Amino acid sequence: MPMSDTHAHSVAFVRTEEVPTAPPPSNAAGPAKWVKDNLFATPLNGLLTLVALYFIYAILSSALPWIMGGIWQAPSLAACREILDGASAACFAVLSERWNQLLFGFQYPDDQYWRPGLAFILLFVAAAPVLFFDLPRKLLAFTAIYPFIAYYLLWGGTVFVPILAFVGIVGGFLVYQRLVAGSFAAGFFGGIIAAFVIWTIGGWLIPDNASANAALPAVPSRYMGGFMLNMMLGVTCVSLSVPIGIALALGRQSSMPLIKWICVVFIEFIRGVPLITLLFVANVMLAYFFPPGSGVDLFLRVVIMITMFSAAYIAEVIRGGLAALPKGQYEAADSLGLDYPQAMRLIILPQALKISIPGIVNVAVGLFKDTTLVSVISMFDMVGMIRGPILASTEWNGVYWELFGFAALLFFIVCYGISQYSQWLERRLATDHR
Amino acid sequence: MTTLTDPPQGSFHLSMLINDTRYRSMTFQVIAFILLSLSVGYLYSNLAANLQAQGLRIDFSFLGAPAGYDINQRLIEYTSQSTNARAAIVGILNTLLVAFLACLMATVFGVFAGVLRLSNNWLVSKIMAFYVEIFRNIPVLIWILIIYGIMTVSMPGARPYLGENPEREMLFGMFAFTNRGVYSPAPIWGEGSMVVVAVFILSIIGTIGYRRYATNLLYKTGQLLPMGWPSLVILFVPTIAIFLLMGQPIGLDLPDPLANRFNLRGGIQIGAPLIAIWFALSIYTGAFIAENVRAGIQAVSRGQTEAASALGLRSGRVMSLVVLPQALRVIIPPLISQYLNITKNSSLAILVGYADVTATLGGITLNQTGRAIECVVLMMLFYLTISLLISAVMNVYNNSVKLKER
Repeated sequence: MPMSDTHAHSVAFVRTEEVPTAPPPSNAAGPAKWVKDNLFATPLNGLLTLVALYFIYAILSSALPWIMGGIWQAPSLAACREILDGASAACFAVLSERWNQLLFGFQYPDDQYWRPGLAFILLFVAAAPVLFFDLPRKLLAFTAIYPFIAYYLLWGGTVFVPILAFVGIVGGFLVYQRLVAGSFAAGFFGGIIAAFVIWTIGGWLIPDNASANAALPAVPSRYMGGFMLNMMLGVTCVSLSVPIGIALALGRQSSMPLIKWICVVFIEFIRGVPLITLLFVANVMLAYFFPPGSGVDLFLRVVIMITMFSAAYIAEVIRGGLAALPKGQYEAADSLGLDYPQAMRLIILPQALKISIPGIVNVAVGLFKDTTLVSVISMFDMVGMIRGPILASTEWNGVYWELFGFAALLFFIVCYGISQYSQWLERRLATDHR
Repeated sequence: MTTLTDPPQGSFHLSMLINDTRYRSMTFQVIAFILLSLSVGYLYSNLAANLQAQGLRIDFSFLGAPAGYDINQRLIEYTSQSTNARAAIVGILNTLLVAFLACLMATVFGVFAGVLRLSNNWLVSKIMAFYVEIFRNIPVLIWILIIYGIMTVSMPGARPYLGENPEREMLFGMFAFTNRGVYSPAPIWGEGSMVVVAVFILSIIGTIGYRRYATNLLYKTGQLLPMGWPSLVILFVPTIAIFLLMGQPIGLDLPDPLANRFNLRGGIQIGAPLIAIWFALSIYTGAFIAENVRAGIQAVSRGQTEAASALGLRSGRVMSLVVLPQALRVIIPPLISQYLNITKNSSLAILVGYADVTATLGGITLNQTGRAIECVVLMMLFYLTISLLISAVMNVYNNSVKLKER
């Protein structure tokens, strides 16, 4: 007798298909469960949620009407207050009225604003291949010439200066490539000497009055201001300080006591004093150390000091990266018969720099924020513009929150953007297959 | 790492200076030394030439000359007739004061935000993440100016607090918040007040001694003494008893709304610049400390908490005996470097007119005497000393909590 028959007799009903999964009870699924688990898990937690909700309400209820009711068109604060007629709302008119001053400073010639604008847009094109590895490598050629283009656009004057600088660097690089096969030191120093020779000879060749009727009128550095100045200082100093930082970090690890101690003293000294004292040095003291009558301008002096400052911090970050590499990597490089420069360039630095990227980005963000400090030595960066020419003007004396809110927003966008990029890059570079 | 070198063959060649590993490092160091001496010499000769051209000499005698300017916020006696050196010391004390206050408050903000960011409550942890991101990504300079703006633009003047029937009540009748700063009561140290202070210090020592005794007893015999209320009794009862017995020698000097028609008198005035720089540094650095605290707590693996619970420890004990000691090892080093940052960032006080060392020595004194090099060098020396001291403390601490590996 088949089995099914016995069942058919003894059991009244046999289910032949699986029961569909029942949905969870309504209080254990969906938004209700989420709210219960994440906002009201315990009485204390619920209380915290209520306090937090009240906090958010208190801020939004006062800030939102203030922002939404803001006036965007008015010639002065008095006019703006008249339009508002006693209502409490923002006078964003100061932003539209002084937009160009906030971005470019108050001395940059009006008809030349397209130049920093173009340089800013090109910055993204130049930075893209460095930041995103998937882009075609040929774009790096543009990155290489970008500094010269940007210099020419921002400062204008004779086109010979950036061209000469570029030719000098290309010449130095060619010499380096010829000599580096023999020895890295010969290539490195040979390249530097070649570049200097080209610059010196070229300097004699450029006529003195070359910038008199140039295509782009020359703009002196003291005319630079606003957010443009923050961007210029940030980008220049970060890009200059990375190579210097690498050199300092390697020097600090060196087995030669003299080199090691020079680097240690430099790094610890710079890290031990506030940036503002270094800016004082740039402002009032550095001029004493240049040859009499050379008159190096304030922008360059500030760039020198800020670069030294961030180089010391970047050196410490890279030192951390070097220390984090397993000793086996150094030994492997030695056992392959590589000499010191080869081992560093081919084995150690690529790995150490990869580990140090988040730290370097942190330093870069910190440095970009610190460029606002130049307002203390009466340079008119974004904060300097707000504190000086705008708040002191008769039209806008007393507009406080709108201006500083705008500056804060601008810095937040840039810094938050950079830190998000760094987190993306970290995930991207994680090659340890965890 | 040893490098195998060929045995020397024949006599010494000049090329061996570069190619032989025995001499190469010496060669490079000699070259570096020559370059260093040349550049130092070059800079020095420029300095000497520039100074001579302007008829200046490096000279520190200006420190002994009268400063000739007033300082509102000061911890020690100072008048405009005091010397520049004394002005610098007032500045140094002010720097240390604001750095100390900001370190305390930043730690409170940071621990609070860092712990709450790990909260199970979604809303609270998001608010704290928001706080951290907002404050970390905006320059501290802008925060200082914004908070200074809140203090000076949004606060009422002293006027409403004055007179017989003031428009505004002082908080608890003791604290007045005005656009010039906060007025708070000052203690008056009467006769015999030192005895009270001494008793209080002894009570603190006694409390520590009692707790140590109870802990030792517990570990040795297993006998559990109560910790909480005896500590409080030892801490406060003798002090209060002596305070009453001596006839209340310590009094309070309240801000007086009747003394003057234009301003409050008496008590301690904490100036608006001090409050601005104090709060701005605390809330800005607090965001960084919050991240350190979060990282420290997350660095303690979950197994530690579970193991402690498995041993039967209550959740408070789990935190204080197992998680915190391990988390602190991760938290303290970055915390101390944040303290260092606060000290250095306090130099931004010059922006809001708080008389720290950068504002007195590096600001007014420098501008009045024109002694740029001397002032900047002294200022750097001061900050350098503080930094080195703090790093020394950090090294001592790191060595004491280092995992003892055998």
